Parts: sequence; C-alpha cells; structure tokens
Amino acid sequence: MRAFDYARAQTPADAIGTDARIIAGGTNLLDLMKLQVETPERLIDINHVGLDQVERDGDGLRIGALVRNSDLAAHPAVRQDWPLLSRALLAGASPQLRNRASTGGNLMQRTRCYYFYDLDAPCNKRVPGSGCGAIGGVNRIHAILGASEHCIATYPGDMAVALSALDAVVEVEGPDGRREIPATAFHRLPGDRPDLDNELQPGEMILSVRLPAPLGGRQIYRKVRDRRSYAFALVSVAAAVTMQGGRMDRVRLAFGGVAHKPWRVPAAEQMLAGQAPSAELFDRAAAAVLEGARGQGHNDFKIPLLRRTLAAVLAEAVQESA
Amino acid sequence: MSNPIEVTLTHRMNLPDEENLLDRMAQGVVSTPMDRPEGPLKVSGTATYADEDHPPGTAYGWFVRAAITSGRVTGLNTRELEAMPGVLAVIRDNRMIRNPAQGGDAKSPHQGPSEVFYKGQPIALVVAETFEQARDAALAARPDYKDRSDRAVILPTRTDYEKPRSKQSSQGNLDKAMRNAAFAVDVEYDTPSMSHAAMEPHAAVAWWQDGRLTVRGSYQMLNSNAQELADALGISVKKVRILSRYVGGGFGSKLGIGHEGVGAAIAAQKLDRPVAIALHRRQVFEATHRRSETRQRVRLCCDADGRMTGIGHEAWVSNLPGETFSEPVTQATPFTWAGENREIGHYIGRLNLTGAGSMRAPGEAVGVPITDAAMDELAEAAGIDPVEFRLRNIPEADPSSGKPFSSNRLADCIRIGAERFGWSGRPKVPGSRREGEWLIGFGMSGVIRVNMLGDSTARVTLRPDGTALVETDMTDIGTGSYSVLTQIAAEMLGLPPDRVTTVLGDSDLPPSIGSGGSRGAASSGSSVMLAARAVRGKLAERMGCDEEDLTLKDGTAIAGNRQRDLADVLAGDILQGTGTIKRGAAEAHHRQSSWGAEFCEVAVSSVTGEVHVRRLSGVFAAGRILNAKTARSQCMGGMIFGIGQALHEEVFHDARDGSFMNRDLAEYHVPANLDVPHIDIELLMDDRDPYANPMQAKGIGELALCGTAAAIVNAIANATGHRFRSFPITLDKVLEKLG
Ligand SMILES: Cc1cc2nc3c(=O)[nH]c(=O)nc-3n(C[C@H](O)[C@H](O)[C@H](O)COP(=O)(O)OP(=O)(O)OC[C@H]3O[C@@H](n4cnc5c(N)ncnc54)[C@H](O)[C@@H]3O)c2cc1C
Ligand code: SF4
Repeated sequence: MRAFDYARAQTPADAIGTDARIIAGGTNLLDLMKLQVETPERLIDINHVGLDQVERDGDGLRIGALVRNSDLAAHPAVRQDWPLLSRALLAGASPQLRNRASTGGNLMQRTRCYYFYDLDAPCNKRVPGSGCGAIGGVNRIHAILGASEHCIATYPGDMAVALSALDAVVEVEGPDGRREIPATAFHRLPGDRPDLDNELQPGEMILSVRLPAPLGGRQIYRKVRDRRSYAFALVSVAAAVTMQGGRMDRVRLAFGGVAHKPWRVPAAEQMLAGQAPSAELFDRAAAAVLEGARGQGHNDFKIPLLRRTLAAVLAEAVQESA
Repeated sequence: MSNPIEVTLTHRMNLPDEENLLDRMAQGVVSTPMDRPEGPLKVSGTATYADEDHPPGTAYGWFVRAAITSGRVTGLNTRELEAMPGVLAVIRDNRMIRNPAQGGDAKSPHQGPSEVFYKGQPIALVVAETFEQARDAALAARPDYKDRSDRAVILPTRTDYEKPRSKQSSQGNLDKAMRNAAFAVDVEYDTPSMSHAAMEPHAAVAWWQDGRLTVRGSYQMLNSNAQELADALGISVKKVRILSRYVGGGFGSKLGIGHEGVGAAIAAQKLDRPVAIALHRRQVFEATHRRSETRQRVRLCCDADGRMTGIGHEAWVSNLPGETFSEPVTQATPFTWAGENREIGHYIGRLNLTGAGSMRAPGEAVGVPITDAAMDELAEAAGIDPVEFRLRNIPEADPSSGKPFSSNRLADCIRIGAERFGWSGRPKVPGSRREGEWLIGFGMSGVIRVNMLGDSTARVTLRPDGTALVETDMTDIGTGSYSVLTQIAAEMLGLPPDRVTTVLGDSDLPPSIGSGGSRGAASSGSSVMLAARAVRGKLAERMGCDEEDLTLKDGTAIAGNRQRDLADVLAGDILQGTGTIKRGAAEAHHRQSSWGAEFCEVAVSSVTGEVHVRRLSGVFAAGRILNAKTARSQCMGGMIFGIGQALHEEVFHDARDGSFMNRDLAEYHVPANLDVPHIDIELLMDDRDPYANPMQAKGIGELALCGTAAAIVNAIANATGHRFRSFPITLDKVLEKLG
C-alpha cells in the first residue's frame, strides 16, 4: 500500500469533482491498494454523507449509494417486490462482506482476473498496453461474450446482474451536474480501453440506484459456481417472467460471469414474450443469448453451462408462476 | 523451594505392550471429551500467535519475489529502496533459503538468494520501521536478472522422470495376472497441485540477546526446526530457541524452517533489533510448499469371485531439483488389499515450480482415494457390491512382507459404517435415482493411514501442592495436544485435569517429534505417560508399595487400606520425572496402520454438473482414543479436507511460467460451510494397538482424509453412471460427461 492522503466527506458535494478516490465499504478497494494494483494518492471517505436509505419513489424504489448489501437484501419492500435483487445480493460474497459492502461500491467492484491482481503479469486493464496475461493463460473465470483481443475479463458481481434485468437506473452526479445511466449501460465492454470498467466519469459519484415499478411474476437468480457459497459466479442467470394464459408475458433476463458487463439480450426476451413455453423455444432463446460466444480454452464450458442453466431457470419460472 | 527429586524412565518400543496401563488408572479422564484447556484463550483472542506480540523496537520485513521462473539475480535497485521512507535495510544474504526445509530435515534447505528456481521465490528482504513501509519498498524493487525462463521446466514430459530404484517394487507377475484375470481395470487418474491453506499465515519474530537467537514462529517440529535454523545461520543449535505456543494450522506447511524464520533471524542480527516477518497470503501460496500434482496408473485384477489377484500402482510426482521429498503416493498400496502380484512405481519430475512438501497425510491422502476409486471400478466390473468386494479383499497379513498386522479393524469399520449409513439403500443401478434435476448416488471407501512413532521426551513435575506441570517442545497446531497431554498426566497422577498445566512450543523444553505424520499425540503422549510413571514410582516408594499397587485418584494416593493426600506424601518435595519413548523393533515386525471407512451420499445436478455432498459418515479405528472430542474434530477436519480435495482444491499454475494464479483464499477454493453437510463420526473406542506404543494409541490426525475423496467420487459414479478420474471433480468435467 502506498502512503495516501485521507479525507472524510460530510456531504456528497465534498466527494464530487475531486481527483480523490472514493472509498465506501473498502472491501474491494483496500484489497487492491494493499497489493498496489490500485495506488490512489488521495482517498475521500463517503461513509458519513448519508445516502444510506431505501425510499419509495412512486411505484419504484430509490436506494442510496451507501445502503449496505445486507440491509438492501433484507429490506421488506425489496424482498416483497424485487425479490430478484434480494436473491442476487444474498448469492454474493459472505455475510461479513455484505454487512460492509455498499450499493455504489458493489457496482464499481473490479474484475477478479488473476492477472489483474498479479503485478508481475501483463494486464491491459491494470497497465494499458502491457498485454493480456489471461489470453493463453489461466482463464477459467473469463468472458465468453463481448471480449476483445485486449481483455477477456468479466465483471464479477451479482447485484448488478439483477439491476440490469430489473431495468434499474444509476443516478450519478459530477461537476457538471446530475445524470442517469441505465444499469444495462453502466458497465462497458473492454474494446481497446479495458482500463475503463464502466461509464462513470472522473469526478462523478454514484448517489443512488432507482428501481422502476415492480415487474411481478416469478423471479429467479441462479448462480452457478465452484463451491456453494463464497465464490464468484461462473455463470449466473437472473430471470423475471410473468405469465398470462399459459404464455410468457414479460420476460427479463440477464447473465453474470460471462462478460465485461451484465449481459442482456433483448432479442432473446422478445423471442419468448407472448409464447407458450417449450424446451425447443428455450433452446432458441439460449442460442440468441449466446450469439457470438467464444471460449478461451479453460472457460469453454461456460457456453453449454449458460445454455443449460437458462433452460432450467426458464422451466422453473414458467412452472411456478403459471 | 527445594531442588526437585529427579527420576527418568526411558522405554524403547521393542515388544508389544499389552499392559494397557491407562485402563488400570483410576482418574478416568483419558478418552473423555474434555474441552481444550487453551480454548478460552483462543476464542477470546488472547492466545497470542507468532506475529501477535512484538518486542519493543521491532522492525518489519517483506520479501521481494522473483518475477522470472529460472535464472540468476544479477542486481537490485538497493540504493533507491534504501532511500525510501522508513527503510532500514535491503538484505540479500547467502544464508537465505530457496524453499522451506522438509519435515524432520534437521538441516538447512538449499541456500542463496541469487539462483532463481521458481517464480515467486524470495530473492531479497526489505526491512523497514513499519510493515507498510517494508511492503511498499519491496514492491518497488526492480531486480536485474539473467533470465533463463525459456529453459525452465514447468511440465515434465512423459520421459524425463527420475526412477529411484529404492522406490520401485515388484512381486509375482502382474502382467500375467492381468491377462488371466476374470476382471481387470487399467486406469489413469490425476490429482492437481494443492496448497495447505492453513488459516494463520507463516510468520516469525526474531531477536538476539547475548549472542543467542530467539524466534517466535509458527512451526510444527521445534527440535528439528531449531537445528535447521542453526544450520542455515551457521551457528550452534544451542544458540537457537524457537517458540511456537500457538499455531493456527499447519497441515505440513510449517514442518520445516521457512523463509520468514531464516530471514527474520538474519535481519535481526544485521540490525541488532527485533524483526518480524509475516508472509502475505499470496506469498504463503507461492513461497512455502505445495502438494505435488500426481498422475497415477492403477491396474487391478480379480478372479470370478472378486478376489483380487494383482495390484499395480504407479505414481508420477514432482519437486524442485535436489529436494529429497517426493509425495509418497503409494505408501499404503503394499499392505492394504490382497493380491499376490504387485507392482509399485514411483517417478519424480524436476520442475521450476514452488517446491513440493508434506501436506496433510502425504501419500495416502492422494494415493488411497485413487486405488480405492479403481477398486470401485473393479467391483462394478465384477458385479459385486463395493462393500462386499472390499470385505473379500482384506488380507490376513501384509501381503507384501508377510508381516502380521499389529491390529486391523478395517472390516469392522466397513461393516459398522455400512450399517450406520444405511448402505443397503444404495441405488443398485448407477444413474437410476433422481430427485428433480438431481441425480443421487452413494459411495464408500476404505480409509488407511500408516502409523508411526517418533522419539520423544517430556518432563512432568509434581509440585508440593499436588499440582503438576507437563513440559515438552511438542506443538499444538490446533489439534488438541494441550488437551491430550494434560489428560494423560492427570490420569497417571490421579489429578483432576485443572490441576495439571501443560506448557508446549518451546525448543528449550525436552524434545519431542513435534506435530507431523499423525504421530505427535501418541509419541509425545507416551513420553508424558512415562514421565508420570516415573513419578508414580517415587510416590509408590513413599507409600511403601509397588507401583502396580498404587492408586492415584483425585489428588490422593491409595495403597491397600491407606489413603493420603498427595501434598502429604510429597511433604514439601518436588518430584520430577523425565520420560522418553524411543522407536524400536515393534514396528519392524508388525505392519501398523490406522483404519477407517467412509460413506457418502451425493446429489449431482443434471443441469449444471454441480456436486453437493449430502451426507458423509465415517468409522475410524486408531487404537486408544485419547480425547473423544479432539479426535472427532480431527476426523471431521479430515473429512472436510477430503470434500475439498474431491470437489474444490486446485492450484492454477500458468503453464507458461508456473505462476500460482489463484493465490488467495477467494480464488483457491476450500469448502465453505454450505459445502459441508452433517458429518457423522464413530470412533471404535475399544481399539488398542499393543505394538504402537505404551498407550496403545495410533495416529488419527490425518486418517480421515485418506479416503474421503474416493467415497465422494464413487458416489458420483453411482449417481451419474460415469467415472471421473481427474480431481477435483468440478462442474465442467461433470457436464462434459453428462452430455
Ligand atoms: C472474498 C470476496 C468475495 C466476494 N464475493 C462476491 C460475490 O460473490 N459477488 C459479488 O457481487 N461481490 C463479491 N465480492 C465483492 C463485494 O461485493 C465488493 O467488494 C463490494 O460490493 C464493494 O463495495 P464497497 O462499498 O466495499 O466498495 P469499496 O471497496 O469501498 O469501493 C470499490 C470501488 O467503488 C468505488 N466507489 C464506492 N462507492 C462509490 C460511489 N458512491 N460512487 C462512485 N464510486 C464509488 C471506489 O472508488 C472503488 O473504486 C466479494 C469480495 C470479496 C473480498
Ligand atoms: S483479461 Fe483483462 S484484466 Fe485480465 S489480464 Fe487480460 S487485460 Fe488484464
């Protein structure tokens, strides 16, 4: 860890438009600082600025950036009307980490790519232009969709996958004022700038996340991983499906562990909407999701795994909400 | 206080001991599930581990890692580092070591900081006023290298393995037996490189006083560790003291002196002040030891009745050049199962990879599950129930040497285990039982771990107030040494356990074998027993009776119709017994092993390939059980370790340079709570092994691990109808076969 300056923000304004690095729960940033993967010179601590409430917002909900993952998962309104979010949160990390981890920090968490963590390895995300160690290396946890020749990392989190499926909106503020970024567009693909994880600009801060009106229906978050808890997703499927007269009505699907961002394919959702469920249809939807999918060697299995998991999740969703 | 009256008792284990002395004692504390005396300290955070107590003026060290796989360090930006805030020294000293010592080496490992043998090897030590300053400066190190990584050997080819003659054996004609057999299997399995992943990272705090070195470290075998450290430093062992009062898990990774101990000692000497080094978790993974990956070929054959006629077991393992240790994969193969034709092969590849050392149950942990899984395949081929098949193949005597077994309860364990588990409910046809998407299967395995004794000495002091002090350099690595040694002394001296204090983990105390190879409790326990027996002899004299006729109970001595308080018998004197147990002929003439059987139910997702262990049950025979609670905990720990071995644990080495890629506990997976079902454990409390030692107790620490993975993989085969021969059985491997 490099020596750094530390300041405590009293209000969000103290943290906006500065070149200091925001620290919330610290569960990701501190680990990376100890290893010198991240070397901020200044930290601004936002744990005392408020923004720690979950509030009604019309039919929706506004979640402060500092609401802790465990509080959010346990919130009665979330459990009642957006169970997908609650389930995704509880599938992540451990109780101790969730007690500390914030909504904003969770969105901003960085990849778990082994080479990103290893200062002696090439990594375009850590040191632009140095190369990508994971290509041709150990890449069991890497992306099968939307990767580039510069980076094949995944966004590792769970919460954002649910937010993406739920069409949440991230509310941010920068020196030029406030703006909204749809959760589906918050994270970006690596392209030739893998150092950029998401669309948040320097000087901007996440204030809150807004959930639109509840989708209803059956909501499932299925996280497939190498052990039953305390492991990142190899593949996760977030699904919300409502039924009408034996047909699927509204369908929202998002996938974690497979790309540099939570993966959403509207075409696949549209393919299902208004149709009677069938194994054959699920397969076609999976094929649409997996269009362009490519394995890197160790992670080839994610392609069939996603297909199978999606089919099982859909079968479960239509059955129980029928 | 007066000088102690000293008595010694040394016993060489030449003859069987059927005296069962502990059974004749009156206090009744041995074998009970007594709580750990140090438990309250541990749960309240007041048991200080190696790095939790720093003398005033302590400086902190951090190692610089080699960023190449093979070559030579030719320079370092030392000046620049020395100019960084707080930096006291940048040390590259010829006494620094390449890798930790192997268990029991008692001499320094390979030394020198310049020749690089593996990526991540410590090549320099930065010492600073604070831990953070040391780390910061070490991460700013820019070594110059003569890089020969392109010539490094990361994966051996099939041809360049050493074939040490002493490690090959053959009897009969296996090829012929295979040809003539009614049923045969010839299969290859592999297990990955693994890491001990003990909770407490390796750490040492060193200081010199009047030319004598003290190291508070996290070590398992203090007597040999002191010798290793002295040899590395080139000083007399008398000048070295190692303290390891509490050790937060070792699993073999702390058997030998390590970088932190040698580095801290050198730095403390140079700076003339205490120096503390705690390895970072990432350094623990890459710069201590690992368990070698193994490739194993197993050939088994049997006649039409399922009686085995041949066993072949060949193992390919690896280590750094020059290391004498190689994973003894086939250790249990010579004696466990019947079969007159037998071939054992052991091949060692020399790699530029973090060194391989002993990890929990070296040998059997990876060898037994594989021979056992192959046996399951043979049983299936022969159409015989796996329990019945194993029962048919338990030999009368060691089939390789003809030696009788000291005691063999394998059949009992299998029978009792099958009953407890409900084995009769096993799906008869593989792949036939389903609950929704989940495929259900049962599996079982035999569990085998050789038993050993190690020379050990302990001192027991009975004080005038009728309290006792037990002292030895034995360690407690979370296993329960404090408990069992307290119980043994209390039993022998007729004292409630709270009147016995046990002091361990100081190399100035009488030398024991330490914690390793599951022999610590039985070996150091025997020495405590002998020391206490010597004291009993003195008490008997004072009571005017033979020792056999003396009863000690609740702080009183009873002989005939006389009962006196110990304080009264002692009359102000201190009685001090020193007991020594030595290895002898008993082990040469009889085959000794601990035994068990494990049973498992799994559910395998037909969608994702995930495997859930639903039930795990084990029955174990390890001679006299010294503490029913700590023994059970050891077995439970072993079985959980086995779940990890079967399903989770694997070091990901980058094949291009050998790097440990998943070198933290987020990505190196050991079982989490949810992976562990209820674990059912039965210990055969009536077992006694007269050839083992005067307590008739055998090793239990590693036993339960030696089979678990087979019970699981056999259950997976029963659930899915597919055999999986590459560990760990991760979901991608399952998916591939489920189709
Ligand atoms: C062992 C382990 C296992 C884990 N397993 C999982 C898992 O299974 N699933 C999962 O989803 N996550 C997992 N996590 C990640 C965990 O969810 C994140 O570490 C956590 O959510 C980060 O939140 P934080 O508040 O601690 O962020 P911090 O560490 O404080 O910050 C992380 C980043 O977010 C930025 N930041 C924080 N708040 C704001 C804001 N309001 N505006 C702008 N930027 C901000 C910081 O500058 C920093 O870059 C795991 C973490 C660990 C250590
Ligand atoms: S995948 Fe991305 S994060 Fe990983 S090494 Fe390559 S560039 Fe770095």
